[in-house]
Amino acid sequence: MRFTIRSAAAALALSTALAGPAGAELTGNLRIFFNDQNPAPRAAMEGMVERFGEMHPDLNIELTLIDREANKTQIRNYLTANAPDVNGWYAGNRMRPYVNAGLFEDVSDLWDGPMGEELASTRPALTLDGRQWGVPYSYYQWGIYFRQDIYDELGLTPATTWEEEITNCQAILDSGRKCYTIGTRFLWTAGGWFDYLNLRTHGYDFHMALTANEIPWTDDRVRETFANWRQLIDMGAFIDNHTAYTWQEAQPYLVNGDAVAYLMGNFLVEPLRDAGITDNQLGFYQFPEITPGVPKAEDAPTDTLHIPTQAQNKEAAREFLLYVASAENQSIVNEVLGQLPINSNAEVADDKFIRAGFEMLSSATGGIAQFFDRDADAEMASAGMEGFQEFMVMPDNLDAILTRLENVRQRILED
Amino acid sequence: MRLAPWLFLAPGIAFFAIYVILPIFQSFHISLYRWDGLGDARYIGLQNYERLLDDPAFYTSLWNNVRWLVLYLLAIPAGLFIALFLNQQVRGIRLYKSLFFFPFVISQVVVGLVFAWFYNPSIGLLNPLIGLFGFGPVNILGNPNTVTYGIIAAGLWPQVAYCMILYLTGLNAVDPEQVEAARLDGAKGWKMLWYVILPQLRPATFIAIVVTVIGALRSFDMISVMTSGGPFGSSRVLAYYMFEVSLSEYGFRMGYGAAIAVVLFLIMMVYIAFFLWRMFREERGV
Repeated sequence: MRFTIRSAAAALALSTALAGPAGAELTGNLRIFFNDQNPAPRAAMEGMVERFGEMHPDLNIELTLIDREANKTQIRNYLTANAPDVNGWYAGNRMRPYVNAGLFEDVSDLWDGPMGEELASTRPALTLDGRQWGVPYSYYQWGIYFRQDIYDELGLTPATTWEEEITNCQAILDSGRKCYTIGTRFLWTAGGWFDYLNLRTHGYDFHMALTANEIPWTDDRVRETFANWRQLIDMGAFIDNHTAYTWQEAQPYLVNGDAVAYLMGNFLVEPLRDAGITDNQLGFYQFPEITPGVPKAEDAPTDTLHIPTQAQNKEAAREFLLYVASAENQSIVNEVLGQLPINSNAEVADDKFIRAGFEMLSSATGGIAQFFDRDADAEMASAGMEGFQEFMVMPDNLDAILTRLENVRQRILED
Repeated sequence: MRLAPWLFLAPGIAFFAIYVILPIFQSFHISLYRWDGLGDARYIGLQNYERLLDDPAFYTSLWNNVRWLVLYLLAIPAGLFIALFLNQQVRGIRLYKSLFFFPFVISQVVVGLVFAWFYNPSIGLLNPLIGLFGFGPVNILGNPNTVTYGIIAAGLWPQVAYCMILYLTGLNAVDPEQVEAARLDGAKGWKMLWYVILPQLRPATFIAIVVTVIGALRSFDMISVMTSGGPFGSSRVLAYYMFEVSLSEYGFRMGYGAAIAVVLFLIMMVYIAFFLWRMFREERGV
């Protein structure tokens, strides 16, 4: 394993005729901008840098940690002026503006090597215009996290079909609780619901065509997705006042048992454990089937690292990305992160939810979507998620919402 | 023409030209292009403005700007009455004055955060408070019909304090002899206020209107902190919408954002022109 990475790097160094004999010893500075300051990601990244530093003692690595939200706007500045050698970002269409502007380095050469086979599952997510623009280090599943103890108390089992989901939900409502907690203040949580309802109602291909602006929002199939959503809204399945809460502020409803389930990414598990929910109280199940026969596709957002075009030390940056992609590193990093490694040779941490996610995603025959705001064009993502939030509060506005979204789509196509 | 005044003015003029005048023309210029802020810009004429006309979010923002403008002006009478109330010689009055002035000292961001917690339907103080009077729970910041008023109320808190301070200083300059003379003539209460005090407070009122109108038009920080323009964009104002389409997480439409900025500038221009006209007139009067 180590041998293949080394030899691939050496071959790369030779083929691109980068300076230095055999390109084995890396020198100079390697500046890394990483986009998360939370404890677990921070520890994961610092560990990664430390291990890489030990392998290359002559390389001076500077790691800068940027707040996750701040990075989303700062990236424009640092990519165009004073670019680092490696920066953190996201896969899918969220790379598009920077790829189009020529600010991300084409790293297809790395993907052509053995790394490409080991990371094959995410190759499409890192590919735009037929080339690859970054390397993933981690991803995580989405699904329904639920209170096992309350399910047991009510004698329910996790649903596998939409009818069961509705029946379960009715039983939960009858017990005086809400079925789902959600905080839509920052909109994206509603995007998760739309993704799953649409993926289950019409499948991966339809969803991807819709997010790629190939299908009108006023299409009847889109309305069917919203009709399914409306069933839940009309039942009163979601907590009240969700527009006022962030996704964190919605957690107490689940912790206190006022709501029984939460459609969310695996990063939900950590704060719930901190809030005193034991693994026996918390369960996880795959979003149930809606249209029979539609292969199940999942949302599994991928976190990635990229090389800015204006990077100073691309040789070291490429070597670093190869290390990031390696099975050894991905096993360690994702153990720390509590997420899933992408490298197929890496080890999956021994954790109930990570295991469940790994099994679910390994058998996701339908395909892997990134997330609404990473699959869709930036402008469509923001208009779309705003529309989803409006729909959840005022489902009768659906016609107006869809017309508005269709106008946005038309305009993007014109541009 | 003497050189010295111009030399003294030069640094100010240079900075004003670079940081205020030039960006105005730049905004006009960018608003004629389609540009994502990263790649190449393409000239599209007035298309951004045409699109603005069919954009429901633009009208929502414009309408919210009007609400801000009108309701924010309430800070002026409120500030006046607090100032009149505090303009007395009582033991410890300085402490009371500073307490009333306190909200203006706090950053707008903090005011926004505190009010957001206050309004929060699950942990906020507002719902238990109105519950005491038998009113049902409300979700001020999550309801499209109430959200803008909720933010304006938060914004008024420091703004009232600001107007109060302006009036307190103004009241110091009120001529006690005139008040005495009016009292001898039998004026008191509202008549005293309207015919004797207020005319003498005109400079303070003028400044209070100026800062309040500007404060209303540039309301941005509170909206950003309290709602990010939501729910579904119903609390946006033009300044926030401009930021959202061009600079926020999903915003890459520099040209469109610049067009919104131009519209906001034109609205402000009406007001600034009035302000300048008045200033010139008063100076000529002197």
